[in-house]
Amino acid sequence: MTIPDHQPSQTLLKPTKPVGIVGYGAYVPRYRLPAKEVARVWTGGRAGGLPIEEKAVPGLDEDVVTMSIEAARNAMKRAGIDPAELRAVWVGSESHPYAVKPTSTIVAEAIGAVPNTQAADWEFACKAGTEALVAAIGLVGSNMAHYAMAIGMDTAQGKPGDALEYTAAAGGAAYIVGPAEESLAVIEASYSYVTDTPDFWRREGQKYPEHGQRFTGEPAYFKHITEAAKFLMESNGTTAKDYKWGVFHQPNTKFPQRVAGILGFSPEQIAPGLLVPVIGNTYAGSSLIGLTATLDVAEPGDRILLVSFGSGAGSDAFDIRVTEKLLERRELTVKTQDYIARRTEIDYATYVRYRGKIAMR
Amino acid sequence: MIMTDIIIAGIGQTPVGEHWDISLRELGFKAIEAAIADSGGLRPQALFVGNMLAPNLSRQAHLGALLADFAGLTGVEAATVEAAGASGGAALRQGYLAVKSGFVDVALVVGVEKFTDAIGSGVEAALATTFDSDFEAVQGMTLAAQAAMLMRRYMREFDVPADGLSGFALTAHANGASNKNAMFQKAIKLETYQKAEMISEPINMFDIAPNADGAAALVLTRRGLLPIGFSHPLVRIAGSASASDRLALHDRRDPLTFHASRITVEKALEQAGISFEQVSLFEYHDAYSIYAALSLEAAGFARRGQGWKLAQDGAIALTGKIPCATLGGLKARGNPGGATGVYQAVEAATQLRGQAGANQIAGARYALIQSLGGPASTAISHVLERAE
Repeated sequence: MTIPDHQPSQTLLKPTKPVGIVGYGAYVPRYRLPAKEVARVWTGGRAGGLPIEEKAVPGLDEDVVTMSIEAARNAMKRAGIDPAELRAVWVGSESHPYAVKPTSTIVAEAIGAVPNTQAADWEFACKAGTEALVAAIGLVGSNMAHYAMAIGMDTAQGKPGDALEYTAAAGGAAYIVGPAEESLAVIEASYSYVTDTPDFWRREGQKYPEHGQRFTGEPAYFKHITEAAKFLMESNGTTAKDYKWGVFHQPNTKFPQRVAGILGFSPEQIAPGLLVPVIGNTYAGSSLIGLTATLDVAEPGDRILLVSFGSGAGSDAFDIRVTEKLLERRELTVKTQDYIARRTEIDYATYVRYRGKIAMR
Repeated sequence: MIMTDIIIAGIGQTPVGEHWDISLRELGFKAIEAAIADSGGLRPQALFVGNMLAPNLSRQAHLGALLADFAGLTGVEAATVEAAGASGGAALRQGYLAVKSGFVDVALVVGVEKFTDAIGSGVEAALATTFDSDFEAVQGMTLAAQAAMLMRRYMREFDVPADGLSGFALTAHANGASNKNAMFQKAIKLETYQKAEMISEPINMFDIAPNADGAAALVLTRRGLLPIGFSHPLVRIAGSASASDRLALHDRRDPLTFHASRITVEKALEQAGISFEQVSLFEYHDAYSIYAALSLEAAGFARRGQGWKLAQDGAIALTGKIPCATLGGLKARGNPGGATGVYQAVEAATQLRGQAGANQIAGARYALIQSLGGPASTAISHVLERAE
C-alpha cells in the first residue's frame, strides 16, 4: 500500500503532530436584556414561545476588540505561556469594528504577541471562530508554530423587531492551541461540512442581517450540524454514548436541544454548554463559549463533541478529550458561569442606547 | 357503460410541505411520474399545468413547455392555466374539456406550487396579485386580512361565538393525522384552537391554511381508451362547472354569499344527475375556515349563516352526514396554491377507489370537489363518481 503524501479529502482532519488546547478563556459582558422586554415593545407583551430568557448586551465602551482581549487574557492566564511564543492571533466574528483594519492586530498588540505573529480576521458567520480553530490546529500540527490563538467573539446584530432581536447577543471565547503533551484537552480530530446555502446574510454596508426564516432550520442548521457530526463519529467509530458532553451551536434554546436529540445526545450531556437561554446567541462565540463552560466542569478523560454552525453554510465538528492538566489550569482565572452570574438587567430603552440603535442625525 | 365517460385513470402526488431542496420542475415531475405509472403507462397528448405564482415566486413562467420537456413529453400540447387559488381546478377542467371534446385522447393535468422559493413579505406580495390590484391590493390588503373582515361580518350577523368556527380546523387536523402526504399529521384539541395566536383578528393560526409546496397530477382519458387490464376501480368525472364573480369583494351585493360557488355546484350536480343529498363527501376549499362555512352554505348543505354548525355538531366528520376535508383539507394537508385543486381530485379519486385507508368513507359513490380563487371570485366544481 502506498502512503499518500496528503490526506484524501473525505477523511477527518488530523494533524501530523498531535495538538490540543493549552489555554481557554471566556468573556460575557455584564448587561442583560430579557426577551420579554423585547416582546413588551414589539408584540404587546405576548409571552408565548420566547426563544430564550435573556441575552447579554455589551456596554457602551465594549466591542469585539475589547471583548476578545478579555477572553484572550483569560486564555493566557490558563496557558501560562510567554505571549511572544504565539505565532498566530486569529479572531472570527460577524461584528469586527472595522471593515478594513484587523481586529486581531489590536488583540495581538494588547496581549503582547506582536510582531512575530500571524494576525487576521475570519469571517464565516457563526462558525468564523471554529474555522480559526481548525487553522490553528493546522499551524501547530504542522510544526510551523508552537502556539496559535483562535477567538470567536461577537456583538451580534439583530434588526429591531426582527425575530433575531430576542437572541442576538454579545460574548465569546479564546483558545490557545499547542502541542498535545502540554494540553488541558487534546483535539483528536475535526471535520468540516460546507455547502453554498444562503440561509442568513448581511451585505457590505448593511447594518442588520437578513435571513430565510424557516429556511435557516432544516436545510441549514440541522443538515450541516448533523452531517458534520455524523461523519466525525462514524469515522471515529463513536456514538453519542462515547462522549460525556456535547456542545452545539445555539441560536436559540430549541435548535441545539433538537439537534442533540437527533444525534443521540441526552439533555444532561448538553446541559453545561447550553448557555443560550441566559446569554443569548453570541454568533461566532456561541459554540466556543459553550465549550468553555463545559471545560469548566469536565473531568480528565471526558470526551467532548463540539459542533459549530455558520450560515452560508457550514459546520465544524471537533472530537476533544480532556487531560489531567485541566483541573489545575481552569482555576487560574474567571469561569464562564462567573461572567453569567455578573448580571445587570437593562430595559429596552437602555439597550437601544447602548447598541447605537437611535439615529441622532 | 358509456365509452365516452371521462375516467381519472391515473393519480399522483408529492407530500405537501416545505420542500426547500426540491425545485418547481422536480416537484411537478414527481407527481407526473406517479400519475402516469398509476394509469398503467398511458401516453399523454396534452399537458395542462395549474399554477398560481411561479412567475413571481420562482421567476419561472412557461410551465407547460418546462414540465413537458422535463417529464420527457417534449412535443405535446402544453400550457399553464391560472385562476389564483382555483388554478388546479381550472387545469382539471381544461383537461376534462379537451378529452371530452375528442380533440385529445389522453390529457395530463398537473398542479404545482413552489412557495419556498420566496419568504415572508415576498410571498404576501405575490399572493396579493390575485386581488383586484387597483382597488384592493393597493389598499395594503392581504388575503388573510380580507378573510378576517369576512369572518368578522359573518360572526356578527349570525351570532357566532368566538370559537364557533373551530370545528373546521379540528376536523381537518383529525383527518390529516392519517394522511401520509399531509403537511400536518396531528389532531388538535379545542383548547389548542382557543389558545392559538391571532393572525388577523378574528382569524387565528388554525383558521388559515398553510402555504406549502406540492404537486399533484391526474391522467384523464375516455373509458374506451383505457389500457387492457386497467386494474383500478373506475372513477369518472360526472360533472364539471366553472364560474366567476366580481373580483373585488366590495363590489358584491352580498359578500357573505359565495355566488360563483353556488352556480357551479348546481351545474355540476345537475350534470351528474344527483341532488346534494347524494354527495358522499365534499372536498371544499378551506383556505380559511370562513371559506369552508360559506362553501357549505353555497352548496346547499346548510342555510345561510348556519354552515359553521355542521362543523360544530360533527356533520362534516368522516362518519357525519356530509364528510369534508376527508384527508385533511387545505388546513391540514396544506394549501399548495395552484396544486390544491388537483390534490382535491386525487384525494376524492382515492376515496371513490376505496383506497383511503383509515379515512375511507364507507360506500363513497359521489364526491364533490370545489376549487376557489380568492373568496370564490372564481369557483370550479367537479362531481366525481365511482363508475360501474
